[in-house]
Amino acid sequence: MAEITYREALKRALREEMQRDPTVVIWGEDVVAYAGGGAYGVTSGLAKEFPGRVRDTPIAEEAIIGVGIGAAMGGMRPVCEIMTVNFTLVAWDQIVNHAAKQSHMFNGQIKVPMVIRTPNGHGRTAATHSQNFDAWFAHVPGLKVVAPSTPYDAKGLLKTSIRDDDPVVFLEHLQLYGTRGEVPDEEYLIPIGVSDYKRRGKDVTIVTWGRMTMESLKAARILAEEGIEVEIVDLRTLRPLDLSLALESVHKTNRVIVVEEGWRTAGLGAEIAASLQEMAFNDLDAPIARVAGLEVPMPYARNLERATLPFAEDVVAAVHAMMQQQY
Amino acid sequence: MDKENLVALYRQMVLIRVFEDRAAEMYAKAKIAGFLHLYNGQEAVAVGAVSALNPDDDVVVNYRDHGWALARGSSARAVMAELFGRATGTTGGRGGSMHLVDVKNHFWGGYAIVGGHLPLAAGLAAAAQYLKTGRVTLCSMGDGSTNIGTFHAALNWAKLWNLPVIFMVENNQYAMGTHYDVHSAVPMLQKAAGYNMYAEEVDGMDVMAVREAVCRVAERARRGEGPSFLNVVTYRYRGHSMADPDVQRDKAEIARWKERDPITRFARDVLLKRNLVTPKELEDIQKSVEQEVEDAIEFADKSPEPALDTLYDYIYQQPVRNMQIAGSLIRPPTVAKDIPTNGKHA
Repeated sequence: MAEITYREALKRALREEMQRDPTVVIWGEDVVAYAGGGAYGVTSGLAKEFPGRVRDTPIAEEAIIGVGIGAAMGGMRPVCEIMTVNFTLVAWDQIVNHAAKQSHMFNGQIKVPMVIRTPNGHGRTAATHSQNFDAWFAHVPGLKVVAPSTPYDAKGLLKTSIRDDDPVVFLEHLQLYGTRGEVPDEEYLIPIGVSDYKRRGKDVTIVTWGRMTMESLKAARILAEEGIEVEIVDLRTLRPLDLSLALESVHKTNRVIVVEEGWRTAGLGAEIAASLQEMAFNDLDAPIARVAGLEVPMPYARNLERATLPFAEDVVAAVHAMMQQQY
Repeated sequence: MDKENLVALYRQMVLIRVFEDRAAEMYAKAKIAGFLHLYNGQEAVAVGAVSALNPDDDVVVNYRDHGWALARGSSARAVMAELFGRATGTTGGRGGSMHLVDVKNHFWGGYAIVGGHLPLAAGLAAAAQYLKTGRVTLCSMGDGSTNIGTFHAALNWAKLWNLPVIFMVENNQYAMGTHYDVHSAVPMLQKAAGYNMYAEEVDGMDVMAVREAVCRVAERARRGEGPSFLNVVTYRYRGHSMADPDVQRDKAEIARWKERDPITRFARDVLLKRNLVTPKELEDIQKSVEQEVEDAIEFADKSPEPALDTLYDYIYQQPVRNMQIAGSLIRPPTVAKDIPTNGKHA
């Protein structure tokens, strides 16, 4: 099994699905020629492989999504790339009022089989370019929301998303594009709506997704040296939310920390914590804790940016605090 | 057009007029709730445009959509039942007045976010182009939607990709209550000129003029000559919606436009002038339409409300595993039995 990057895994998924289904196209800003294909290189080379099927669009996110919705209604399976999650806000009406509503509001007469690929993330780009909107998308009935953490999950979930008959918001992450992991050569799919253990342990359950899965794994290695074994549940899909593994894990560890990158207030961690305590209150030995991003518009300065975001050390600190508490 | 088809256009316009008048009555009786945007005065636009299209051409419109649904072949029963919020409506009571749809007739819906449907129309046209179906997309909008970002983004994209789409402004000169001169900086056709798009101005009170213009631009699109733009100048006789007291428009202005009424004008200048019908036949049409709408009202009123256990249907086309754990999807709907139905809203 070859080790490839998250970026390459996504590209392989796109290539395989384009080979399989001629109605799959890629539309987005600078997906053809710029830097070889895609602001972050995900579509590099695909325009040459699939003439006429990978097209640059104007910088008009509301139209990228809206034209994608219309094309999906008309029988295609467009994969629309929004360069970063920050720019999805320009298209929020199209995503929430149109993509998400069509099927239910029109009583099943219209389907919208499209994928909206976009990365969360940061990188010294300040407040308007360093955000995480996982919770916003996960809030909306009618959307399916996927946020893979590994190259393996990224490939299998993107292929499933393209084949899905509903609009899927596929949340990548700028800091994950270069990360590596094993991906089999043969074809495989990963179902939407199924979470996954990324590490087994007996002491504390960490429920997380996306980049924070990787930070949680780093934290787990540090904690293991101290004799603390954390179990990591990677949600992989944020809507519908599969809490079955988290629940199973809580029965065993009796302690839960939800780790998310986004802002804490009204974040997805709040929903997860509330749901878990509804379902497993009697199993809990401690209040469910949350690790999240600090609630400030992201500053540019190196030290301030780092202070704003959660990293492995914040997870370690949260586990320490939980293990030291006596209830 | 032969006599039969001309008379059919007349009947459709009368059907829309009578339907809207009766819908207003039903709104006043609180049989219909929410927002109700009536089409009186604009009948020639939908009827003329639809008559120029093939049955498999795609039609996308805004929330003032009753006339479009009826012109495109939805039954008066289904449309009225939808306004009543009943299971037999065009979307089973899901969408209401602003979100009628009839996909089997390639009527892709009424859309209620101003300008929101323009990119969707471009997308339907992009699919027709990519899949080589030969279909044309007709996208109707109000003049108020020509200032929002999606208007410009959709026109630019359509021209850039040479898409087979017709952007048709039903220019009734008011964005809700705001007159064109207050909401737009340039004349309407100049907006199309900004994207070097073929454009025509059309008399929207003349059903044949609308029909001929749409025929011309649909043929252009089918020949691969890309998008076009029609500024169809028309007028609505009633307020923006039933919630609009219509105090800001000049009564004399409304009266002047009513002198050019598309229905009486078509009857007088075409049907009677060419001796295609007798006054008695026009009366018979009026009566048969009134009967059809009365029957639609009875049908709607007798139809059941949608079953509660359909509440979650079609949120997704394709259910996924663990859907039952997805929060709200796990809980059956609980609704008090004695809630007032179809209450009138402001």
